[in-house]
Amino acid sequence: MSLAQLLSHLRALPEMVLLAGACALMLVDLASKSETRRLSYLFAQGVLLIAFCATLFVLSESEGKRYYIFYGLFVSDLLSHVLKLFAFITVSAVLVYARPYLHERGLLKGEFLTLLLFALLGILVMISANSFLSLYLGLELLTLCLYALVALNRDSAASTEAAMKYFVLGALASGLLLYGMSMIYGATGSLLFTDIGPQTAALAASSSSMRTLLVFGLVFVVAGIAFKLGAVPFHMWIPDVYHGASTAVTLVIGTAPKLAAFAMALRLLVNGLPALAVDWQQMLVVLAVLSMALGNLAAIAQSNLKRMLAYSTISHMGFMLLGLLSGVVGGNRLNAVDAYGAAMFYTAVYVLMSLGAFGVLLLASRQGAECERLEDMKGMNRRDPWLAFLMLLMMFSLAGIPPMAGFYAKFAVISAVVQAGQLWLAVAAVAFSLVGAFYYLRVVKLMYFDDPAGVAVPAGGGSARWLLSVNGLALLALGLLPQGLMALCQAAIRSL
Amino acid sequence: MLAEYFPILLFILVGLAIGVAPMLLGRLLGPNRPDPEKLSPYECGFEAFEDARMKFDVRYYLVAILFILFDLEIAFLFPWAVALNDIGMAGFLAMMLFLGILVVGFAYEWAKGALEWE
Amino acid sequence: MKTLYLLVPLAPLAGAILAGLFGRALGRAGAHTVTILGVLVSFLASCWIFADVLEGNTFNGTVYTWLTSGGVTLEIGFLIDRLSALMMVVVTFVSLMVHVYTIGYMAEDPGYQRFFSYISLFTFSMLMLVMANNFLQLFFGWEAVGLVSYLLIGFWYTRPTAIHANLKAFLVNRVGDFGFILGIALVLAYFGSLDYAQVFAEAPALAAPVTLICLALFVGAMGKSAQFPLHVWLPDSMEGPTPISALIHAATMVTAGIFMVARMAPLYELSATARSVVLVIGGITALFMGLVALTQYDIKRVVAYSTLSQLGYMTVALGASAYSAAIFHLMTHAFFKAVLFLGAGSVIIALHHEQDMRRMGGLKAAMPVTYWTFLLGAISSAGIPGFAGFFSKDAIIEAARHATIPGAGFAYLCVLACVFVTAAYTFRMVFMAFHGAPRYDAHRPPHESPAVVTVPLVLLAIPSVLAGWLVGRFLPVDSAWDFVVHGLVSLPFWLALAGIAAAAILYRRPSSLPKRIAMRLGPLYAVVERKYGFDELYAWLFGAGARVLGTGLWKAGDQTFIDGLMVNGSARVVGWFSGIVRLAQTGILNTYAFLMLFGILAGVTWVIWRFWS
Repeated sequence: MSLAQLLSHLRALPEMVLLAGACALMLVDLASKSETRRLSYLFAQGVLLIAFCATLFVLSESEGKRYYIFYGLFVSDLLSHVLKLFAFITVSAVLVYARPYLHERGLLKGEFLTLLLFALLGILVMISANSFLSLYLGLELLTLCLYALVALNRDSAASTEAAMKYFVLGALASGLLLYGMSMIYGATGSLLFTDIGPQTAALAASSSSMRTLLVFGLVFVVAGIAFKLGAVPFHMWIPDVYHGASTAVTLVIGTAPKLAAFAMALRLLVNGLPALAVDWQQMLVVLAVLSMALGNLAAIAQSNLKRMLAYSTISHMGFMLLGLLSGVVGGNRLNAVDAYGAAMFYTAVYVLMSLGAFGVLLLASRQGAECERLEDMKGMNRRDPWLAFLMLLMMFSLAGIPPMAGFYAKFAVISAVVQAGQLWLAVAAVAFSLVGAFYYLRVVKLMYFDDPAGVAVPAGGGSARWLLSVNGLALLALGLLPQGLMALCQAAIRSL
Repeated sequence: MLAEYFPILLFILVGLAIGVAPMLLGRLLGPNRPDPEKLSPYECGFEAFEDARMKFDVRYYLVAILFILFDLEIAFLFPWAVALNDIGMAGFLAMMLFLGILVVGFAYEWAKGALEWE
Repeated sequence: MKTLYLLVPLAPLAGAILAGLFGRALGRAGAHTVTILGVLVSFLASCWIFADVLEGNTFNGTVYTWLTSGGVTLEIGFLIDRLSALMMVVVTFVSLMVHVYTIGYMAEDPGYQRFFSYISLFTFSMLMLVMANNFLQLFFGWEAVGLVSYLLIGFWYTRPTAIHANLKAFLVNRVGDFGFILGIALVLAYFGSLDYAQVFAEAPALAAPVTLICLALFVGAMGKSAQFPLHVWLPDSMEGPTPISALIHAATMVTAGIFMVARMAPLYELSATARSVVLVIGGITALFMGLVALTQYDIKRVVAYSTLSQLGYMTVALGASAYSAAIFHLMTHAFFKAVLFLGAGSVIIALHHEQDMRRMGGLKAAMPVTYWTFLLGAISSAGIPGFAGFFSKDAIIEAARHATIPGAGFAYLCVLACVFVTAAYTFRMVFMAFHGAPRYDAHRPPHESPAVVTVPLVLLAIPSVLAGWLVGRFLPVDSAWDFVVHGLVSLPFWLALAGIAAAAILYRRPSSLPKRIAMRLGPLYAVVERKYGFDELYAWLFGAGARVLGTGLWKAGDQTFIDGLMVNGSARVVGWFSGIVRLAQTGILNTYAFLMLFGILAGVTWVIWRFWS
C-alpha cells in the first residue's frame, strides 16, 4: 500500500482521534483519584474539541467532493461532516449538563465519560457508513455503550431493569435488522450501498418476485430503523428506558443517537434503496402517523416529566419521518432536497430542544430532590425565574410555537409534505401537534401559575447554566433566522 | 421464487394452529375459578423451600467474560499469522492497532482490580 | 455602503434593547445616553446616505433571506432612493430632537428608561418601514410602529383615559390593517412576489385588479394616516406624553400611510379610480378636520386636528399624482408640526399640565423662546409665502387645480377653503395661549422651559422656516424666488391672511364675538364641535352591535359548540384514549417484544398481500 493510499485514510481522522482519545481517557482516568474527575472531564472535552477541529479540517480539505475509503465501507461527504459536527457539539453539551448532576450522586465515574466517547464513535461510524457492515458495526458499538450507560447506576433497581429491557429489545431489533440486511444482500450480492442502489433498481424492474424478496427484506430493515428512532410499534423501550435511566443518561440517549438514527435511515433508505422508495415511503407513513398519534396522546396521561418527554420523542420522530417520506413523488426526486433537508433540520432542532429540556431537569435536580415529576415544576418561576424562562423556551419550541425554532422545523416538514401532495398527512400532523401543544403548555402553566410545592431548592449554577442559556437562546435565534441552518442542511442533503 | 416457500408458510400456520387451538379451547371451555391456594407454587406437595433463583459467585461470571474477550483475540490472530505474507505492512499495522486497543482494555481491567480473585 | 444601511435601523434598535432590558442597570442617564447615541449615529448615517443618493447612487438589494416557501422568498432588503433617503433623514432628525426633548419633559417620570426604549424602538420600526424593498418588511414595520404607538399612547397605563385611547387607536388601526393585509395578499396572489421592483415592473402588463389592490392598500393608509372616516383615533391618542404626540402622531408614524402610497405610486398611476377615491378622502379630511380644530379648547387636540387636516393635504397631493409634493409637505409638516407640538408641550409643562387654552393667555412675556418658535411654526403652518409650509402647500393646491380626474374639483375647493381654516385655527391658538390677559393660576406663574426643551424647539424651527428653499428639487418652477413672488399675488395667500385676521379679531382680545357666532350657527356648530358624531356612531354601530353579535356567538357558538362539543368533547376523547395507550405500556418485556413482532408481522403480511394481489 502506497503512502498516498495510507494518507487517504486520514478522511476518517475524526474517528481516529476519537478512538485514540477514548482509549487514552480510559488510562488517564485510572490515574485520576479525584471525586470531581476534573482531569478526565477536561480530557474528554479536549478530545471532543480536537475531533471537532479534525472534522473541520477534513471538511475544508474535501472541497465539497465525496470520497470512499476502507474499500468503500466508509463514505466522507458533506452530510457526514455536518452531522458529525452536530454530534460533537451535542455530546460536549451533554458532558457539561450531566457533570454536576452525576457528581452529586456519586455517579461521575470514568466509565461514564469513556462509554460516552465510545458511543459517539459508534455514532460517527454510523453517520459515515456506506455498507451494511460498517453501519451494523457502528450501531452495535453505540447501543452496547448505551446499555451499559443505562445500567451505570447499578444500585438502582429501576436502572438495571431498564437496561435489561433495553438490551433484550435492542438485541431483538438488531436481529431483525440483520435479517433484513441478509435478505437484501442475498438478492443483490453486495454490502455496499453504492452498489445496492443500482442493483436494486435493476432487480426490481426485472421481476416482480425479486422485488417482493427485496421488499420482504426491507420490512425488516425498516423495523430496525424504527426501533432505533423509537417509532410506533417499535417504541416500547423508549418510555421505560427514559424513565428508568438516571436523568443524565436519558439526556445522552435522547440527543446524539437521534442524529445517528437519522443518518442510518438516510443511508439505508435513500442511499441504499432508492429504487424501493414507493415501498418504504408507505411503511414510513404508517410508522409516522402511529408515532405522532400514540406519542402525543400517551404523553398527556403522564405524570412523570421524563416519561412525558419520552413520548414526546416518539411523536417528534414520527414528525421527522414525515420529511423522510415525502422526498420521492412518483419516481421524481425533485422534492428530495427540500424534504430530506427539512427532516435533517428537524432532527438537529429536536436534538437541541431535547438537550435543553433535559438540561433544565438536570439543573433543577438536587441531591435527594429529583426534578422529574410534573409537580416538581410547580412554581418554578418563583424559585428560579431564568431557569423557568429557559424551560418555557424549550416547551414552546417543542410545541412548535413561533418564533421558536421548533415552529420553523415543523413548518418546513409540513410544507415538504404538502409539496409531495400528501395533504391529509399534513392535516394529521398539524392536528397531532395541536394535541401535543397541550402537555407542553401544561408544564408552562405549572411553572408560572401554580404555587411551589415542597421545599425550595436552589438550582445549580456554573457553566451548565450558561450553556443552557445559550441553548435556549439559540432555539430562539434559529426560529427567527432559520435560513442559515436550513441552507446547511440542504447543502448536506445535496451531497448525498 | 417466493411462491415456492408457500408450503412452508402453510406448514407454519398449521403448526401454529395445532399448537394454539388446544390452549385456546381449554381457556374458552374449561372452568376457570382460581383462588390463592390454587395459584401458589408448590414443590412435591410441600411449600417451596427456597427461591428458585439461586445465587452464584459473580467472580465466575467475570472470569468467564474476560476469558471470552481474550479467547476471541486468538481467533483473529491465527488467520492473520497465516496470511501475514499476503497482507503485508497494512495488515501488520492493523493488527498492531487491534492489539493496542486490547492492551488498553487489559490495562484498564487490571487497574480496576478485575483480575484479583480475593 | 451596505453596512451603513444596516447601521441606520440597527443603531436605534441596539439603543432600545439596551435601555429596555438593562434599563435598571444603566440608570436614567445611561438610558438616555445610549438611546440618543443610537439615534444620533442613525441620523448621521442617514445624512450621509442622503448626500450619497443625491449624487445618484441608489440601492435595491437583499440583506438577508428569511425563508423560502413554495417559491415565494421572504427577504429583508433595502430600497434606498430619494424617497426613502429623505424619509430616513426626516425620521431620524425628528426622533433625535424628540429624544433630547424627552430628557426634560419626562424628567420626573418613573418610566423614564421604558420611555426611551419605546421611542428608540419606534425609530427602528419606522426606519424598517421606510427602507423596505418588499411588502413583507413594509408590513413588519407597519405593524411594529402600530404596536409601539399603542404602547406609547397607553404609556401612563394607570390612567383609564389613556387605556381607552390606546385601545381605540389599536382597534381603528386594525380596520386599516385589515385592508392593508388584504392588499398585500392580493399582490402576492397575482404577482407571486412581494418585491417592489418586480411587482412594479409586472403591474402594467399583468391583468391584475390594480384598482382593488390600490384601494385595499389605501384603506391601510387611511388607518395609519388617520384619514376620514378612520380618523377618530388620532385626537384621542393625545393622551400619551407630548413627545409622543410630536414624534408619532404628527411627524412620523401618521405619515407612514402617505409614504406607502407614494412608494406605491407606480401602482396608483395605473388606476384613476383609486386616485379619485384618494383625492376625495383627502379633501374631506383636510377641510372638515380643520373645521373641528376651530372649535376645540384643548391645545393638544387643536394641534391633533390640525395634523389630521394637514394629512388630508398630503392625501390630496397623492390623489393628484403629485407624489413629490406630498412628500415635500410631509417633510415641512414634520418640522412645523413638531415645533407646534413641542411648543404646546412646553406650555403645558410650564402651566403644570394644564391643556385648556381658556386658562392660558399672556404667556408671551413669560416664555419668549417658546412663543417665538411657536409663532414661526404657526406662520409656516398657515402657509405665508417664504416659509416652509407655503411651498409645499401651494404645490399641493396647484396640483389639485390642474388634476383632471373625477373629484379633482371638489378636492380643489376643499383645500382652498382649508387654507383659510388652517390660518384661522393656528392663530386662534397663538392668540389664545400667548396674547391677551393671563388666565392661568397666578400663584404658580409659568417659567420658560429648560434648555433640553428649547434647544430642540429652536433646531426644529429653523427647518420649518427654511426647508422650503429646497424647493427647486421638487417643483416644476424655475426658482424658489419666483414661486414666492407668484404666491404673494395668488388666492391662497389672501385666504391665509384673511384667516389670520379673523383669528385676530375674534381672539386677540377677550370678546364675546366667538360665542355669539357659535350661538348663531346653532346646531351646525354643535355638530362640528362634537366632531360630526363619529365617535358616537362608531360606539353605537360597532361597539353595541359587536357586543350583541359577540354575546350571541359566545352563548351559541362558544359555550355550546366549541367549549361543549369541540374542546371538552375532544379533550375527553383524547384523555380516554391516552388512558388506554397508557395501559399498553405494561412494563412487561414480553408484551413489548410481542408488539415489535406484531409490527414485523403486519409488514410481512402487507408484502405477501401485495404479492398475491
